[in-house]
Amino acid sequence: MKLKTLTALALAATLQTGAALADDTIKFGAIATLEGPFAVLGQEGIRGVELAIEEFGGEVAGKKIELMVGSSNAQPDTAVAAARKLVEQDGAQIVIGPLSGSEGLAIKDYSKTQPQASFLNGGSAAQDTTLRDPSENFFRWNPDGAQWVAGLGEYTFKEKGYRNIAIVAEDYSFPYTLVFGFMKPYCELGGKVAERFWVPLGTKDYSSVIASIPDDIDAILVTLGGSDAINFLSQYQQAGGEKPMVAGSITVDQSVLSSKGRSKDYLIGTPTSSPVADTNTAKEWTDFVSAYQAKFPEGLPTPSLFAQEYYVSTKAALLALQEVDGDLSDQQKAFRAALSDLTFLTPAGERHLDENRQVVTDIFLSEIRPGEDGGLVSELISVIPQVNQTLGDDRETFLAYGPVGRDNPECK
Amino acid sequence: MKLFLLTILNSLTLAGLYFLVASGFSLVFGLMRSVNLAHGALYLLGGYIGWEVAEFSGSWLIGIAAGAVSMALCGALLQLCVFRFLEGQELRQTLVSIGLSIIVADVMLATWGGQAYQFEVPDFLWGSVKIPLLGLKYPIYRLFVLAAAVLAGILLWLLLNRTRLGKMIRAGVDDRTMLEATGVDIQKIFVVVFALGAGLAGLAGVVGGSALSLSPGEDLRYLLASLVVVIVGGMGSIAGAAYGALLIGFADTFGLAYSPTYGVVYTFLIMIVVLAVRPQGLMGKSS
Amino acid sequence: MPTRFSLVLFALAGLSVVANDFFLVQIGAQAAILGLIALSLTVLAGWGGIVSLSQMTVAGIAGYSVALLGSNSAGLGFDLSMVIVVPSALAIGTVFGVLVGALAGRTSGIHTIMITLAVGVAVYFLANQNYTIFNGFTGYAGLEAPKIFGLDLRQPVPFFLLCGGLAAAGWALVSVIGRSPFGIGLIGVRDNARRLTALGYNVPAHRLMAHGLAAFLASVGGILLVWYNGRISPGTISVGPMIDILIIAVIGGMARPIGPFIGALLFVLLKTFAIDLVDPERFNTVIGLVFVIVVLVSRDGLLGLADRIRIPGLQRGADGETERP
Repeated sequence: MKLKTLTALALAATLQTGAALADDTIKFGAIATLEGPFAVLGQEGIRGVELAIEEFGGEVAGKKIELMVGSSNAQPDTAVAAARKLVEQDGAQIVIGPLSGSEGLAIKDYSKTQPQASFLNGGSAAQDTTLRDPSENFFRWNPDGAQWVAGLGEYTFKEKGYRNIAIVAEDYSFPYTLVFGFMKPYCELGGKVAERFWVPLGTKDYSSVIASIPDDIDAILVTLGGSDAINFLSQYQQAGGEKPMVAGSITVDQSVLSSKGRSKDYLIGTPTSSPVADTNTAKEWTDFVSAYQAKFPEGLPTPSLFAQEYYVSTKAALLALQEVDGDLSDQQKAFRAALSDLTFLTPAGERHLDENRQVVTDIFLSEIRPGEDGGLVSELISVIPQVNQTLGDDRETFLAYGPVGRDNPECK
Repeated sequence: MKLFLLTILNSLTLAGLYFLVASGFSLVFGLMRSVNLAHGALYLLGGYIGWEVAEFSGSWLIGIAAGAVSMALCGALLQLCVFRFLEGQELRQTLVSIGLSIIVADVMLATWGGQAYQFEVPDFLWGSVKIPLLGLKYPIYRLFVLAAAVLAGILLWLLLNRTRLGKMIRAGVDDRTMLEATGVDIQKIFVVVFALGAGLAGLAGVVGGSALSLSPGEDLRYLLASLVVVIVGGMGSIAGAAYGALLIGFADTFGLAYSPTYGVVYTFLIMIVVLAVRPQGLMGKSS
Repeated sequence: MPTRFSLVLFALAGLSVVANDFFLVQIGAQAAILGLIALSLTVLAGWGGIVSLSQMTVAGIAGYSVALLGSNSAGLGFDLSMVIVVPSALAIGTVFGVLVGALAGRTSGIHTIMITLAVGVAVYFLANQNYTIFNGFTGYAGLEAPKIFGLDLRQPVPFFLLCGGLAAAGWALVSVIGRSPFGIGLIGVRDNARRLTALGYNVPAHRLMAHGLAAFLASVGGILLVWYNGRISPGTISVGPMIDILIIAVIGGMARPIGPFIGALLFVLLKTFAIDLVDPERFNTVIGLVFVIVVLVSRDGLLGLADRIRIPGLQRGADGETERP
């Protein structure tokens, strides 16, 4: 017993010093899904953070930036554990992350208990992270899932002429948000949804879902990420399915478009909308792409949306730090004010925050086309300017729709 | 009606895949009384190696062979280098296999990353075919999986019932001490059986990876499927594995088709019911 | 025994003065919580020979009960007072554990491992899919430790003392029960159930009681775990954490109740600091290797090793426990 106590005491002594701060450095913590099924996306997120810090030469306002990385596996608990270590042990003052929807909700809750640190979302896009019960020190420089698909519902109905669709999506908070964002305009225009298939995250065998898709639909809205998307596409195609697709952003992210195998070719001609478009010609985007390609030759052909979103959040923090000359005193008051008022040109156009610290941003409507080197790219069709979280409604009206879920909106 | 027929076909083909994976698991358990919880890791590793070889050689069939052979070798090595030293200590064998599966899963994630891998199956297996009489279109490849499972089942049955090796294995399952007393080198048989079981897992890795895809987490999925199949069917019985695979295949598929929300739970409910009524499984011998 | 127990309490109090908040909560409290849950395996596996993988599930059921019965930020549930919530959660967790025991009791050895694994996975899937009780993939957040008589248990030092104190109590309880007729009978059941039946023992009832005691310990751990995380979701009870509990118990050693806490401390330290030592993504390789090596070289985890090299204070019998044959 004595030995254990002694060891513990010795450890405690060494650990005491962990949170000590040096005056000439600013500590950044980044949380991304470096384990589990979203590991590729998490890696992309960290690349984005590194790019932004490199752009500033590793320092801001004369202070060195120290980056510490925390890893989660897309489960809320592990994201909070990673945040705890970064903030409470390593003394991170600014946290970038997390990546996935339910993690974001958990980190928002956690941020309320840590008023001395600021949290900037990475890629997570569940609606209620900022819409309902927001946190004072949680900033989301990234659109939520409903913003991601702005314009897609109208485009599907008006340009593509689809009137009756089926929806296949994963069964958790982020796809609910995204499907809500799609259905709201689509249903208001008079579009019908024949059936919604909410499949558990990580479903591999879609044969039953495919068999249940009604024959009389015009198209299928697919909101599945990573390997789930690939499995669905391959099985749908093999089953002789011929309906056109409409893709929720993650389904046609570069991490899917550059995967191994032929079934993704079925996506050619699929419309989607997203905070990135591969063929965007804006200078901020092409500069970002070249910087990414130069720094990460082993990375994806073009940066995925998670690389961009982590990059934007990190850069926002750095710009705000620059403005306040690295001043993080007084519960980071000056820094937070600067961050809230900041407007800057990101690779995805101009962005600023609303009163809930949620971004207002351009969204890119695009279609999938074959790229130059045999891969696929999303080709920009049009830009939907300055989409806010309430999709153009006033806050009261929008909140009245209620929290997103399996059956919201009803679409009668 | 169309949905019903399609669901039946889907159930049968999924059962085929489950049988391919679980038969090897059941075989190893039947003879050696050790539960190899690294079976799922062997499935996924076999799949990845098969994918690399298929990509390199340009031939899917060579990929299948590579998946099976490489895992058979792995299995033999596992038995020779690890499990042999823990003979008779079933719990420690199981624990070691858990530890190994954790390490292998992590190394695979480091090597092949998190994205999905799909095989390029030969053209004659790609696409769908119109099934006469039923008037339905159905993916050719899934029918191939079913055929492969049936073939594997027949071959296993022949091996166990019509060959000298099979007789020795069955004798070992019934009474290991007696078999040893007759002068048979049981260690050799252990190695062969372990290699066979692991080889089946590797083969299933390529066949299953072509039907769906390979990605992290598949190891656990097929380990669980194998567990449930052999618990329901009865340990160590090839026929039991077949019945178990059918039952679970049907439960999975009908669940997802007719009650998507709780589909995944039904499988485990069936297992619990079977256990409550027949703890040794449908075809298991009571101990 | 009482002197040892007070020594432990004294050490805990000392720790809470010298260590910083992160160490107290993230390392100390977490190790105490995981150790408590793994302690249930000392009862089940160490004495009873019943290796169960579903102890994390039992803890999770108790944790979900706290979430559903008490207040949470999901807008579901009953919002009852903690005075009702905590005993109810303990009762629900314990009853669930006994039910699993009744199911698994029809099997033995390896079969039990597989069945408890399958039960755990079934509950995991159910929690993931059900929104009326489990709130699906997102689970519950906003679950906080209560304030008692003005003492805010959410603060690091009180929370650490709560977890550490309950862990010490669990350790003492299991130590005492281990020497009672029940504990000795259970070891007898493990070693030769037939003989014990012949002696007039009700073997199935004995096993069920072991499941009940184990489930109670795991439930205590589960409630603390929910307070520690402030939330619970299916990820808390997925296969990974289920296996982690077994790993903790096996690494520490299951013969005596101190083993799981040693295992938990090592596990938590590795898990927290692996990211500083090796690539964060490779934590699983490290823990897997440690696990395999411990299993290969020792029959009973680090405790077994300590017995062999005679580390003072950790030897067999030092806790006054029944020896493992």
